[in-house]
This record gives sequence, C-alpha cells and structure tokens, in this order.
Amino acid sequence: MIRESSRFSRLFDSLNYVFLTAFALLCLAPMVHIFAVSLSGRAPATAGFVSFFPIDFTLENYNEVMGSRTFLRSFNISVIRVLTGTSLNMALIILTAYPLSKTPRAFKGRTLFIWFFVFAMLFHGGLIPTFLVVRSLGLLNTLGALILPNALPIFSMILMMNFFRNVPKELEESALIDGASHWRVLWHIYLPLSLPAIATLTLLSAVNHWNAWFDALIYMTDTANYPMQTYLRSVVVELDLTNVGIDPRDLQRLSDRAIRGAQIIVATVPILVVYPFLQRYFISGIRLGAVKE
Amino acid sequence: MTFKQYIRRAWPLYVMLIPGVVFVLLFRYYPMYGIVIAFQDFSPAKGFFNSPWIGWENFEFFFSLPDFGRTFGNTLFIAIAKIVADQIGAIILALLLNEARVLLFRRSIQTLIYLPYFLSWIVLGGILLDVLAPHGILNQAIGNFGIKPQLFLGSNDWFRGTIILSGFWKNVGFSTIIYLAALTAINPVLHEAAAIDGAGRLRRIWHITLPGIRPTIVLLAALSLGDVLEAGFEQILTLYSPAVYRTGDIIDTYVYRVGLVSAQYSLAGAVGLFKSFIGFFLIVLSYWLADRYAGYRIL
Repeated sequence: MIRESSRFSRLFDSLNYVFLTAFALLCLAPMVHIFAVSLSGRAPATAGFVSFFPIDFTLENYNEVMGSRTFLRSFNISVIRVLTGTSLNMALIILTAYPLSKTPRAFKGRTLFIWFFVFAMLFHGGLIPTFLVVRSLGLLNTLGALILPNALPIFSMILMMNFFRNVPKELEESALIDGASHWRVLWHIYLPLSLPAIATLTLLSAVNHWNAWFDALIYMTDTANYPMQTYLRSVVVELDLTNVGIDPRDLQRLSDRAIRGAQIIVATVPILVVYPFLQRYFISGIRLGAVKE
Repeated sequence: MTFKQYIRRAWPLYVMLIPGVVFVLLFRYYPMYGIVIAFQDFSPAKGFFNSPWIGWENFEFFFSLPDFGRTFGNTLFIAIAKIVADQIGAIILALLLNEARVLLFRRSIQTLIYLPYFLSWIVLGGILLDVLAPHGILNQAIGNFGIKPQLFLGSNDWFRGTIILSGFWKNVGFSTIIYLAALTAINPVLHEAAAIDGAGRLRRIWHITLPGIRPTIVLLAALSLGDVLEAGFEQILTLYSPAVYRTGDIIDTYVYRVGLVSAQYSLAGAVGLFKSFIGFFLIVLSYWLADRYAGYRIL
C-alpha cells in the first residue's frame, strides 16, 4: 500500500472527500426536501417555508393517503402486478434460456432460435402497432395488458443463458447418462447453481414492474385499473385532484402539496425496502452478466 | 446417435421453448407485421389486413412538416448531450471514489448516488415538479442571491438543460458501477512501482488509472451509439408541456401524441417505423463496434 504524505496529496484527499460528500448530499437533497414537506403542517407547506426539516410536524398527510381508497386500490394492483408479472418473467426466462444454453449439437436448431429472439430484441414494431395488437387481443383494462407483452424480457434471458453456459458440463452429462431427463437436469442441477443470477434477474423484473406506468396509461382506459405509478402520475404530474379519492374537506386542514409529497414517499418505500438487496445482487449481476471482457 | 435417440432425449428442450416463442411471435413479430399501417390509410375497423394501401404518403407528409426537423433535432441534441454528460461524469466520479480510501465512506457515497436510478420517472418527476416550481425551493434558494425565479420546466431557455441534468441525476451513479468494476481490476503493483519512481497522485491517475479503464471507455462509447435516438421518453413525457414543445418535443413523445392521443395511427406508425429502422442499424453498428474494438459480445 502506498502511503501518501506529501502536502499536495493530503490537500487532494481533503478536497476529494468534501466534493464527494457535497455531490452525494446534492443528489439526496430533493428527496429529503419532499420528505420534510410530507411531514409538515398545512400553513408552512403551502407557504413554502419548509426546507430540509418538517415544520409543525404531523403524520396527518400519511393518514390521509393511507385512508384513501383510490390510493390503496392502485397500491394493490401494483402488488398483484409485481407478483404475477415477475413470476411469469422468471418462468419464461429460465425455460427459454435453458435450451438455448446448449450447444447446436445437443440442441439442433439452436442458431435459428437464437436469431429469432435476438432479432425481436433489436427491431421493434413500435408503440402504435404494439398498442393495436394488444387492443385487438382484447387485453385493454386487464392485468394481461401489463404482464403479457413483455412476458419474456429478451436481454435478461440472454444474461441467464450466458450464466447457464458456465455451469460445468460434467454434472449434466453424468446425470443424462444415468437416465435423467432435461427437466430434472434443469430443476436439480442448473437452478440450484444459478441462484445468484436468478435473484438478480428477479429483483430487476420486480423493480421494473413496480416502476412501470406508461403501459397502464395507454392500456387502461378506466382509471380504476391504474397501478400505483400511473395513479401517482395523475396526482403529482397532472395535478388532477378530482380523482384522488381524498375528501375535499380535508384539504381545508391539510396542504395538497404535503399530501402529494406523502404519496411520493409511500410509493418509494418498497424500493427502499429492497434497496440493500438491489445493491448487493444487482451490482454484482451487472459485472458478471453485462460486461464480459 | 440416431434421430430417434436424439428426439427421445431432446424433446423437452423444444417443449420448453414453446411459451417463449409464442409470446415473442404474438407481442413482437405480430406488431412488426403491424408496421404495414405506415403504408396504409389505417382504420381500426378494417385492421392490418384490409385497410387501403397508400404507399409512401404518410412519410412524405411527415417529412414536409416542421415537426420532422424539430423532433429529430431535439431527440439527437438531448440524447447526445446526455450520453456525453453521463459518461464523463461517471468516469470522474469513479476516479474520485477510487482515490477515497476509507471503505465505509466510499460505500456510503455509492449508496446515496445509486438510489435515484431505481426510482421511476413519476416519483422523480413528482419531486422535480415541486422542487423546480416557480415558488419551489430551488427558486427560493437562488432568490437569496437576488436572482429572479426561473421557469426551469416551462421555458425553452431552460428545458433541455433541466432534462439533461435530471437525467444525469438519475443515471450517473449507476454508470459509475461499471467503471469502478474496471478500476478494481488494475494491478496495484503498477501504482506502487510508479510511486517509488516518484510519480505523484495526478500523474498516476493520468498514466495508470485512466489507461487501465480505456477498454471500458471504448466499450461504453461504442454501445452508447445505440442510444442516440433515445432521449428519454418517460422522463420527457412526465416533465414537458406544450410551452416547451419547441425545444423538448422528441420523436417518441410526438408519436405518442399523434398516434394515441389524436388517433392518427398511420402517421404515427410511419414516424415510429422511421425511428425503429434507423435505431436498428445504430444498434447493430454499436454491437459490431463493441465486438471489433472491445471484444464484447452478448452471445
């Protein structure tokens, strides 16, 4: 280890620590501000007196949000979407990646199938034709519109396939010679050895489903079917308070700005809960999958 | 192995592929067939198969509109500025983080700067709309220095800058990860030897660390070519307004408004196809360059 002792070096270190701290705080500042607003009373929040600490501390804004039926309904829809959508994604990723991870000798037609999927990843029909197809299949206003069109995320499937290819072949060969089928090999050999990759892709898929909002905006013509993020859009972006499910009388004692802040924070909490895992798995996943050098 | 033996062993592999093939055919290839609407006077009642053909009319109409130059110009400007800011910012942050030797400090900073990447543009947009509002906290802060309130999201002077900076805010932390991974692969012996030879901090950064991550820089530069038409649809749709169409309307938001808000399916389909077509070649070119100059393959 090099010991830095020159005066310049120590100055460099101090400036570096100061700069990085300032940068990180600056990244965080907008969120802390909204958090403080969401915990503030009506007068200071409306007048814009709140900076990074709540004024007239109150939990009323959160009470209001958690008591809103519309909000809870959209929250439920999002939870259902994450559970079903992520399960479907993972099932299809694994089932598709396994055959494609074989050699063209062990799986005839592999090259053709690979190009079938890769071309679909590289070239898109585009927003309008996709919309028309989903509509013609009668999926508008159903959960299917949110989880079926991207049931197989192709890039994730390719990462999984690359991971499967690194599973030692000897295990599989001896199992096949002993008469095990490919189903058993996949279930008893590949899956247990691929848990880190599966965890990574599961988290990625769950976060994507939780954060998705545009598909519901176009496929749900009835706002009662909106998941959390799409609902949040009508509240915090379009500032449409007619559809919020909040009693107008309550707006006499609470600030709409603080209520919006509370909704933003509640929508963020699930991400914060899985964030430690995201950091651990996802970041190592990026290294192992996407950047092979 | 005879054919019969092969089938007896391999049939499950084909069965496993069926669901994936079905979904991709239905939701990827069928819409690809749907791009025929770009050459039709499409009406939903007649569908993809029976709408009348009109050739290149939709394209000719779009190219004659001022919207064409505006949306493509905005898309390229915003996307390229974002790529440049993001990559340069990520390299500098990774180098500085690499120089900070207190592990706990490094971890804490990383934890804070990755977070926005995992939040949706609705959450981040909701925060920005509040923070950047005319009476929001940022305008209050600059007001302390005697600067008049600015419309960061509502004026054409500011909009692109706000989009580029807020995109930076969401993505830069995450982009540093790949550079940090490359930095850990640099042999510390190189640094020690250079230090013994009397090279100072900055010289070591310049002559050892930077060349050490050069392959990664080349790789990400090549791959980013595939993104020069991706200006950030969800971000701009969340933050823009008619007042800033001149500087902020991009191809994707235009397709959305023309196609799904005004239901001019054929015109929007033509614009979308034009973009998909160019985008396809850009992505193929970027993968080819990444393979050629950085040895990167996805398959």
